[in-house]
Amino acid sequence: MRLEPKPAPSLAVTLLYPVGAIIVTFLIASLLVLAAGASPFSVFYLVAKGAAGSQFALLETLTRATPLIFTGLAVAVAFRAKLWNIGAEAQLYIGGVVTVVLGTGALPLPSYLLIPIIMIAAMAAGALLLLGPAILKTRFGVDEVVTTLLLNFIVLLFVSMLLEGVLKDPTGLGWPQSSKVIAEAQLPRIIQGKRLHYGFVIAIVSAVICWVIMKKTVLGYEMRAVGNNKEAANFAGIPVNRVLIKTAILSGGIAALAGFSEVSGLKGNLTLDLSPGYGYSGIVVAMLAMLNPLGVIASAIFVAGIFVGADAMSRTAGVPSYIAQVMVATALLTMVTAILLTRYRVRWK
Amino acid sequence: MAASIGVEQGAPAQADIVLRLDGITKRFGPLVANNAISFTLRRGEVIALLGENGAGKTTLMNILFGHYVADEGTVEAFGKPLPPGDPRAALDAGIGMVHQHFTLAENMTVLENIALGTQSPWSLRLDRAAARRRIEKLSADFGLTVHPDATVATLSVGERQRVEILKALYRDARILILDEPTAVLTPAETDALFRTLKLLVAQGLSIIFISHKLNEVMAVSDCVLVLRSGTLAGERTTATTNRAELAALMVGQEVSSPPVSAPRTGPVVFELKNVSTARQGTTTRLDGLSLALRAGEITGLAGVSGNGQSALASLISGTLQPASGEMVIGGSAAGNWSPRAALASGIGRIPEDRHAVGTIGDMSITENVISERYATPRFSRHGFLDWKAARAFAEEIIRDYDVKAPSPEARIRLLSGGNMQKLILGRALDSEPAVILANQPTRGLDVGAVAFVHRRLLEARDRGAAILLISEDLEEILALSDRILVMSKGQLSSPSKRGERSIRELGELMAGHGEVNDAA
Repeated sequence: MRLEPKPAPSLAVTLLYPVGAIIVTFLIASLLVLAAGASPFSVFYLVAKGAAGSQFALLETLTRATPLIFTGLAVAVAFRAKLWNIGAEAQLYIGGVVTVVLGTGALPLPSYLLIPIIMIAAMAAGALLLLGPAILKTRFGVDEVVTTLLLNFIVLLFVSMLLEGVLKDPTGLGWPQSSKVIAEAQLPRIIQGKRLHYGFVIAIVSAVICWVIMKKTVLGYEMRAVGNNKEAANFAGIPVNRVLIKTAILSGGIAALAGFSEVSGLKGNLTLDLSPGYGYSGIVVAMLAMLNPLGVIASAIFVAGIFVGADAMSRTAGVPSYIAQVMVATALLTMVTAILLTRYRVRWK
Repeated sequence: MAASIGVEQGAPAQADIVLRLDGITKRFGPLVANNAISFTLRRGEVIALLGENGAGKTTLMNILFGHYVADEGTVEAFGKPLPPGDPRAALDAGIGMVHQHFTLAENMTVLENIALGTQSPWSLRLDRAAARRRIEKLSADFGLTVHPDATVATLSVGERQRVEILKALYRDARILILDEPTAVLTPAETDALFRTLKLLVAQGLSIIFISHKLNEVMAVSDCVLVLRSGTLAGERTTATTNRAELAALMVGQEVSSPPVSAPRTGPVVFELKNVSTARQGTTTRLDGLSLALRAGEITGLAGVSGNGQSALASLISGTLQPASGEMVIGGSAAGNWSPRAALASGIGRIPEDRHAVGTIGDMSITENVISERYATPRFSRHGFLDWKAARAFAEEIIRDYDVKAPSPEARIRLLSGGNMQKLILGRALDSEPAVILANQPTRGLDVGAVAFVHRRLLEARDRGAAILLISEDLEEILALSDRILVMSKGQLSSPSKRGERSIRELGELMAGHGEVNDAA
């Protein structure tokens, strides 16, 4: 088996690749469902129904998609410049920490001032967190995959320390959780009485802004040039290191918004289970979207749908909801393969 | 000179056919890379495969060697059909290929490289003594001197090529394919290679020699196949053809070297005074180098690659900072040096490697032509790019520099080498820079594109640009340069005016013999 380069496929064909990857993912998941002793058709029907079969399901899927849009965007913009930010999880938690530090009464301001201040502060903290690995990379050539990945564990332990210490809710019966944010620091719900909150709108707006940055601005051009061919970009006078630093600031900032939006819009306080791996799932979301910021919206909703749908399905069909994790992981592998196939043709002997 | 020592011409000793290609067709999407190509190779024969870049030579050889699978047609070696797409089968059938870019493991010895892959992966030890005996015998028989225990990383380019040839011979190759073998060699090394080829042919091996260089093709081959845009444009017996006829077959029209008027030399516009650079990896560094470029003059820098040209080119391009010494551009000393500073001080740069350094392959033509100037008000305002202006600029370059491209939105990777180089030329020359660095501007280009690049460089000279032409192609240096310097071991020779030094004298300077003058 060999790979041969081939010319770029048309846009329509390119769009078929994620679809193909998803179909293959379902086929592979079917085998596991069969192994669990259920019918793939009824299981996938139940997943789809659980994800989008009712207003409640749909709103739940969009709610779950919100942090995934942020982390997916953070990964998409970073990967475009070939800055391998695997640390969206840590940046998310830092965003959550800033939200409870500023939002639990320290700043007695009205909503229209407090929320923007918290957002900016959270973004700054997330940016700062990724700045370290970015500087180590540009100055000393330290691999950012290692540093950002390991920072995830460091930050999670740091958050754990805060929740057992200074940020611990005095009324929390000893649980490692922070106090609730004040009403002025809460993002309102889009529909009264439902869980979907304005974090979803902020996520959509962020995606549009990222798309504009990548397509229309000097920075987006520089990021794509650096990601495509660093050496040629440097030769042409593009300040490669400065672009990587700016990319880190953008990516880390967006990832931190995921933490802000979860605390301020949904959970109300910070706990150690704020994120069931949204930072890592963001990588899948970004890859499924082929790093396109607008595509991130669709792929985040898709991935969220699988998680939400699988939860509902496991309650009725008795197939463990872990199937969702397997499917998302398989989707990443098939998508990476599909992206390879957009550029190469496989020749079998 | 390469042409001075040739392989004896005339009919091959025996006329038995060792290789037969029949109706080979290969398509890449809409592009037909090879169109129904048939030819035969006989025992003891040297066939030259001549053609422009993109004419389909490499594709054809990759099919022969099993890297690609032909859409139509068959290959037959020694009377037996060769299974398509199987390099192993090609090797077993006795076909050896010496690639243009060597495929050696640098951290291993010559012996290890040659024996690599000849034994079963399950065998526990390498029979070094037997391998050494064979290598020494092959070396002696064919004049391929190289020490079996030397680490490949320490070898010169010429020596590495010998290792590649030994590798093929060690595997009992009876047919040897050489892809642009002389592109990286000095004239003396080329002569040695041709002597080796002669010995191989005398032993009954058959050779396919891929080249752009007409004089070498004339010197070394029995028979010439000319490829043009994927089809066989002509098949000639070397003894009864001439360079002009072959050149015409290659491009489909007669070509001539550009007329060169007398230079109107102006003041010094770029000067290096006693400049040294820090060592970068294994490249030769500059040590106290001085160089002055005058307006309206082309300074040709000849030399074998690896003698400090890349450090000098990086320095002028802005990707390398001087460690000591002074750089004076247009009368003022250069400050903080970077590619952007180089561009800002009016230096137009044509890099040596257009794929890795000159262009960003997966970005469009438009995105590539603005890469050196996207931050200027012409192409961006308040951080937003003006894609309309960028596209208009790309269309302008495509028109003015005769680039064949489907559209400004096409990915630059899809262009041929010549068209890519024309775009780079357009990007560098459009702003009428006062200083131009042209580093190997025509390497690997076809005759038509070479003439185009030469004409544009001469036009730039005539409007008053100071040009530094770095090239390993002595003919190019001699054709264009008003003043010639030779670089060897990081040092420059004294300059010579057009026609002052003979090719042989330049060759000796390139080889590091003769006087060295550090104040050029």
